[in-house]
Amino acid sequence: MLGPLNYIIWLVAFLAEGYVVVRAFAQNDFLPYFSLNFYMFAVALASVGEYYYLQRFGFASVQYYYFYYYSDFLLTVFLFFAVTGLYEHVFREMKLSQYIRVGAGLLLVATAAFSYLVVLQHKGHLTGRFVVELGQNLYFVGVVLTYLLWGAVLKLRETRARLVQLVLALGIYFSASAATYALRNLFTGLEFLKIIPPVVNTWLPLAWAYTFTKVPEDARLATARLAARLSR
Amino acid sequence: MIAALIVVISLAALLQFFISYCRSLLAAYGKVELSEQVREITGLEKQPVTGEEFKRVLQLVRLCPDRGDDGVQIRLVGTYYSLLDLVRAMMGWLSPAITGWADQERQSCSYFAAVALDRRIMHSRDLLAQQMPDRV
Repeated sequence: MLGPLNYIIWLVAFLAEGYVVVRAFAQNDFLPYFSLNFYMFAVALASVGEYYYLQRFGFASVQYYYFYYYSDFLLTVFLFFAVTGLYEHVFREMKLSQYIRVGAGLLLVATAAFSYLVVLQHKGHLTGRFVVELGQNLYFVGVVLTYLLWGAVLKLRETRARLVQLVLALGIYFSASAATYALRNLFTGLEFLKIIPPVVNTWLPLAWAYTFTKVPEDARLATARLAARLSR
Repeated sequence: MIAALIVVISLAALLQFFISYCRSLLAAYGKVELSEQVREITGLEKQPVTGEEFKRVLQLVRLCPDRGDDGVQIRLVGTYYSLLDLVRAMMGWLSPAITGWADQERQSCSYFAAVALDRRIMHSRDLLAQQMPDRV
């Protein structure tokens, strides 16, 4: 049974997702950050679908369960494309787009194959196990990809404040999600861990809404100084 | 085994991303010049901002009407400040450099709070200005 808090979390996330997309259209920012905005659009659509399944079939229904987790995985794949888009922004001047896309695609296939092999060894309790295992692996690949991207941002002394904050917000989202799924994998009986993913899901739209609104495209950040402070 | 490894690595990455994100916020706010009014209100007109001022300035921020766009960031920096307090208390005895670093970061947090206060005061003033013609 869902309480008022769950509905508030859902509403906050949905409003922030919608805001990012509408604002991108209004400010002609949709195409420059296409993969990020497309992801936000897909998340907003999934939120509507989630609400529909919740009202129609109920929280404990199989239909809602399947919709929630499988849309989540599909959205994670879209988020990989968003990460690829950020890689392209960072490496734009080096003209490495083609290699980045091929690399990200190969990584995605390898993750799916690895998850399939893991699940194959646990055929007995496939559905629940599969959901958590796949979520854990997909989000962890996201952590690795974002960490490498953050390393590149520091190495290349990237100064675009908007890009830096988008990457870091994504890193927080991926690592929090990966940790939550992995904890659920370790402690299957802990029910409260199921509440964390919806809370984590509000982070990315809120953080991106803030970045797109408050950090202008031409704002610069002394990433070099940030790196120096990090290594101090 | 793999899940345990993922938990450890992800939490370490989360901590690093969180710290870097907070620092990027502090760096962006650090570029903003404080108004004379805020310096006067906070008592920072004659002395530089110190790390200890953070909680006091934050209380003043909470007294102002919410702009609705900086709440998450203020909470994040508040968490970062608490983390720094913890680092200072638990690891400060190891090296004075750690205490110095934590103090410098806490100072940036205080400056962040002062800028947030400045923005909220300006927002309140705008709201008041919008309401005044209606009264007349």
